[in-house]
Amino acid sequence: MNTTKRLPTGPLLGLAGILGFLLTWELIPRLGVVNPRFLPPASEVLGVFFSNLGLGAFWTAVLDTMTGWFLGLLIATAAAIVLGLVIGSSDFLRKATNSTIEFLRPIPSVALIPLAVLLFGLRLESTLLLVIYASFWQVLIQVLYGVADVDPVASNTAKSFGLGPLARIRYVVWPTTLPYLMTGIRLAAAVALILAITASLIIGSPGLGKEIANAQSGGAISQMYALVLTTGVLGILINMGMRFVERRTLSWHSSVRGEVVV
Amino acid sequence: MNTLKKAGYLVALPALLIFIWWISTLGSTNFFVPKPGMLVDKLVTVWTGERLVEDVLPSLTRLIIGILLAIVLGTGLGILVGTTRWLRNLLEPVLEFFRAIPPPVLIPVLMLLIGVNDQMKIAVIVSGCIWPVLLNTIEGVRAVDGVLSDSARTFRISGVARLRYLVLPSASPQIMAGVRQCLSIGLILMVISEMFASSEGLGFTIVQFQRSFAIPEMWSGIVVLGLIGVAMSFMFQWAERRILGWYHGLREVEHAE
Amino acid sequence: MQSNPTDGQGQPLLSVRGIQKIYKVDAGEIEAVRNLTFDLRPGELVCLVGPSGSGKTTLLKIIAGLMAPTSGEVVLAGKKVTEPPKDMAVVFQEYGRSLFPWMTVRGNVELPLKNAGIAKAERNQLVDNALEAVGLSHVPTSYPWQLSGGMQQRVAIARAVAYQPKVLLMDEPFAAVDAQTRADLEDLVRDVWEKLGVTILFVTHDIDESVYLGERVVVLSSSPTVVQEDIIIDLPEKRDQLTTRSLPRFVELRNHVYEQIQIAKKNKGAATAAPVDPRVTVPHATDAPSAGEVNAS
Repeated sequence: MNTTKRLPTGPLLGLAGILGFLLTWELIPRLGVVNPRFLPPASEVLGVFFSNLGLGAFWTAVLDTMTGWFLGLLIATAAAIVLGLVIGSSDFLRKATNSTIEFLRPIPSVALIPLAVLLFGLRLESTLLLVIYASFWQVLIQVLYGVADVDPVASNTAKSFGLGPLARIRYVVWPTTLPYLMTGIRLAAAVALILAITASLIIGSPGLGKEIANAQSGGAISQMYALVLTTGVLGILINMGMRFVERRTLSWHSSVRGEVVV
Repeated sequence: MNTLKKAGYLVALPALLIFIWWISTLGSTNFFVPKPGMLVDKLVTVWTGERLVEDVLPSLTRLIIGILLAIVLGTGLGILVGTTRWLRNLLEPVLEFFRAIPPPVLIPVLMLLIGVNDQMKIAVIVSGCIWPVLLNTIEGVRAVDGVLSDSARTFRISGVARLRYLVLPSASPQIMAGVRQCLSIGLILMVISEMFASSEGLGFTIVQFQRSFAIPEMWSGIVVLGLIGVAMSFMFQWAERRILGWYHGLREVEHAE
Repeated sequence: MQSNPTDGQGQPLLSVRGIQKIYKVDAGEIEAVRNLTFDLRPGELVCLVGPSGSGKTTLLKIIAGLMAPTSGEVVLAGKKVTEPPKDMAVVFQEYGRSLFPWMTVRGNVELPLKNAGIAKAERNQLVDNALEAVGLSHVPTSYPWQLSGGMQQRVAIARAVAYQPKVLLMDEPFAAVDAQTRADLEDLVRDVWEKLGVTILFVTHDIDESVYLGERVVVLSSSPTVVQEDIIIDLPEKRDQLTTRSLPRFVELRNHVYEQIQIAKKNKGAATAAPVDPRVTVPHATDAPSAGEVNAS
């Protein structure tokens, strides 16, 4: 039998954890546990990280990555919504496309890297191809779940009142699908970032990934780590941003849905 | 729905797509798009024989080892962190940050620290795959139903028995969801690590084909990757249905109410 | 119905002494339970009834060792209760959440025995007996969520019974079940009680149920809770839904309890001191009003 203390130990401990981690990172190279050439101390890396924030080239790379992320996510979401609504509202279509979707879905988008290089070389479009392919499935699956969750009573009632398919989508299907859609976009946003950076890393299209590869091959190790940190920060910012958007969009919507993990 | 109809739905669209593909490449000599016949031919000739042993097998081996390690480490650590409140509070921000780093980005880092070898490739897979398992385990282990927990307590089920009969089964749906994500991430990382830094393997071979403009071969490699992904997906679903049979049944009943 | 062998004749098996529970909330403190004192003798079936908010569930959790009282103690067979004791089993109201959904019916009933280290042969025997006692021998391999609410609660009862506890605590076990099933389950409880001679503390908000089931009915006041009355139920030992409930004596007792609950609800919030001796024998309607009977009210 235990009584929980009422001290705010949670966030404090979290802070301690971060500091502890940074301290360990600082000490390991300095004490020679790992060769400092391969793992520079935290202070050095953080120094480079912050000085990056003043460099134009840095922001160009960030912008390139974010452009690929944003455009890819946008196109994928639009396509997934349209296809998802169409497929989801027809039992026949859903059954007919099921095998194809289940086959294409697990194909890693990185398998398309050679194709992207062939078609678009080092241009932004290579990144886009990968981002779109990966994000599309995330959103599509969620939209399909959402449409499947529509209350048949509500749908039938709408039909009996003479609402055509478009009106039904607007008043019945869309509100039910929206929470699923937001979950899908949030998941897709994370995947999109990973792909955007990965594409840049492997293919060499403009972006943070390319800068990381360059830093590593050029021996600018602190820079490499600083850029890795940057990707983490970007990931957290995007996640926070997505959750914010999700909350705002759904604030009026009674959340009876649980997250369907794809 | 009888089996004939089911089979019909299964192959209808794929057959249609393949048909369209075949028709549109009938007379062409398009550089980018091989004919279906050519692709199947390449699939068989390229990927059976010694390439299977020299490239595909090592890749798959590394993948399996990496995934298993990630699952074991992820669940073990997850149980530890999830059931110890102060540990969770301590580590949560750090873990969240690491989780946000795209795993492929760690390839150059690990190359630096470990070198270009099998261990590095396995480390890459583990470093990416461990997160969904770890975080999902923490999440699943953290919250057990209060009434169920009280029931177990009244019957003096504690310690390891509590973990085994209460906490782990209760968390298993969440953990399995984490394992599923882990599988797809593992495949991606396996391919990438070989495309970026390797002299053999599935990913390496595909990139080689692309660089030497052996396009049908390249496509066949992509298809093989796809087949591996699908196979893994099926195996996972089979395992999941067996482990979580009770969960699906429970949800069905809940949804019916 | 045989009485359990205990230490000393007439010694209470379960002793609740001066239980007090104070909750700390943001605004300060709330005294949920002020002073609960009563005993259960071996083999008794006692019902605990009170208005909502009278801390019935709090008390049950304290007796079960799930929660610590602010002051006072619970003594089971001579030993103080500080954690869930070995000789006690609990049946909760939410049957859906108290059974393990990943185990079959048999698995659920067997688990506490497995955990207690009982040998397989003996385990199987106990499980079989318990399932038969509650009438579920035909569904051992089903999962709890495949069964109806009433059947799930039977599984919970079987699980508690197979454990062979000295004391069985039941926390409003039939509140979430439909009326017809409730009647069946009430009879099941009396049945199990008679056959196995286990001591039962039955918490309920259903006044009729408390009188139908109990040998005694302990009425709780509103929060801060004390024992308002401890009523002897002198109905015949053999009870059934039809005849017992139409007995004039049943109606008398039931009305008395109902009045007590109304009084408790009216005094809500006004801290009452626990009566020195809350034990009460409800006068029969046929008794002359000025007969020299000792009644404490």
